[in-house]
Amino acid sequence: MKNSARSKVKMIVLIIFLSFIGFITLLPLLWMVLTGFKAESEASSLIPTLLPSKPILDNYITLFTELEFTKYIKSTVIVVLLSFLGIIVNSLAGFAFEKYQFKGREPLFYLVLMTMMIPAQITMIPVYLLLNGAGLTNNYLGMVLPGLANGFSIFMYRSFMSTVPNEMMEAARIDGTSEFQIFYKIALPIIKPALSIQMILTFIAGWNSFIWPLILANNDKFYTLSVALNLMKSQYIGKFGLQMAGATVMIIPVIIVFAFFQKNIIDGSTMSGIK
Amino acid sequence: MGNKNKLLPYLFITPAILLVLIFYIMPIVIASIISFTNMDLKSLADFSKIEFIGFTNYAKLFGDDVFLKSIGNTVFFVLLGVPLVVFYSFSIALLINYRDSKFFSLIRAVFYMPSVTNIVAVAVVFLYMYNPSFGLLNFLLGKIGIGPINWLLGGPIISKISLIILAAWRASGLNMIIFLAALKGVPKEYYEAARIDGAGSFKQLVKITLPQLSYSIVFVSITTVIAWLQFFDEPMIMTEGNPLNATLSVVLFIYRNGFKFNKFGYSATASLVLFAGVMIITLLQFQVKKKLESD
Repeated sequence: MKNSARSKVKMIVLIIFLSFIGFITLLPLLWMVLTGFKAESEASSLIPTLLPSKPILDNYITLFTELEFTKYIKSTVIVVLLSFLGIIVNSLAGFAFEKYQFKGREPLFYLVLMTMMIPAQITMIPVYLLLNGAGLTNNYLGMVLPGLANGFSIFMYRSFMSTVPNEMMEAARIDGTSEFQIFYKIALPIIKPALSIQMILTFIAGWNSFIWPLILANNDKFYTLSVALNLMKSQYIGKFGLQMAGATVMIIPVIIVFAFFQKNIIDGSTMSGIK
Repeated sequence: MGNKNKLLPYLFITPAILLVLIFYIMPIVIASIISFTNMDLKSLADFSKIEFIGFTNYAKLFGDDVFLKSIGNTVFFVLLGVPLVVFYSFSIALLINYRDSKFFSLIRAVFYMPSVTNIVAVAVVFLYMYNPSFGLLNFLLGKIGIGPINWLLGGPIISKISLIILAAWRASGLNMIIFLAALKGVPKEYYEAARIDGAGSFKQLVKITLPQLSYSIVFVSITTVIAWLQFFDEPMIMTEGNPLNATLSVVLFIYRNGFKFNKFGYSATASLVLFAGVMIITLLQFQVKKKLESD
């Protein structure tokens, strides 16, 4: 039938077109990975090659020896782990906002939501002055604290907490369970999908965190990967193979986490779109 | 329910509220206060050295050519970047929504990937690709006969455009997902009915898709404008405001005055002006939205 042939052609054209645009979208990342395995002479040759003519690991070796990248990975991991404190703070707040009636509940909730509208840069200078005054420069906790409470996360937790049956909570109360235990043993397991999305997003945000580590770390012991990479680009000008290897170390773990959990992440972002 | 239970909810929300007060509310108050002072590095060490200077900072700010330039640059970024991002992510979402097969799921992940990358790493890659002599872009352009372009330093316009391309690459994925979710919410029966009536794809787009998606288009536009008014990471990492402050955004101006020149009072003034600007523009957009909805 003419119609089905036409729609088949439509499909093929669409697939080719999307593949092409998709390839262009991925091109920077592909280029980054490939260049990391090239010798510097090849990376800065006037005629770029696609695949490394002789793939080498030299750049990565330099990263982990001369540039002490293990130190920066360690710092980044510490920042990520501390970021997970945010999950407790935000989920507890979302639980309380949803499950309890108390005076000032809605105004306080709007206060929290309002923070989503406050640009980070307004608070940048005063927060720095605060952290500096509290002695939290060159301190991992200092890097993590400003972003720990998150209006969007609290909003998400509150929405999901509404799926926790009140009857279940009542039954647990009669059994003598404390409120905190109800939160921990009943509510959290029920909202596991939201919890896993938040954990993934927290990992990604923590791993990628840049601005506060940049402002607060003066001692290279506290540099995260992004801060180190930022320095590297001005200290190793022209060493493109090395820089690309560094960028790969930063990006690939996130891509791997993303690849495993992409359905969760996309569904989570989808939900905010439906809202 | 005893008295202890009455206080319990407050206990649960205390960590979050405390953090919000310390890191969001208090800073706004502090910024307002120090914007009326001449606070700098010396007075950071010794608070007694701070002097109240009234509206001096504000007057100086609006006569500051560099600040005014940063406003112009930011307006450029917003006017060019926001329509680009909205149009591009909407179009890609439309195309990907065509079917639900494995290919389209995979492609969806591909387009979302730039959103999870770290800005510094991406900046390093794009700096390499934008390099006038060794970069991939100029090499490919050379193959089709277009001369080498100095992407980042070649002039006030090209440098801004290069940053916009990078920022759009990173930002489109998330907005695409939002549009995809909204597209999935349009009842298929609408399209069926239109097809039976003989309406072609374009008419279906204009008469069904666009009206149904108006809420998410507005949502994406407003959030993207707010984000691009705060354009910072890309100019800071890629060009540091160069060439000659052509890529200096308002936030980069704030950062530079605060952390490079240590003029904390002056920088706080700029940040409050920005805050006011963002609020006003957002409110204006809501007004426009209201007006469009009542038509």
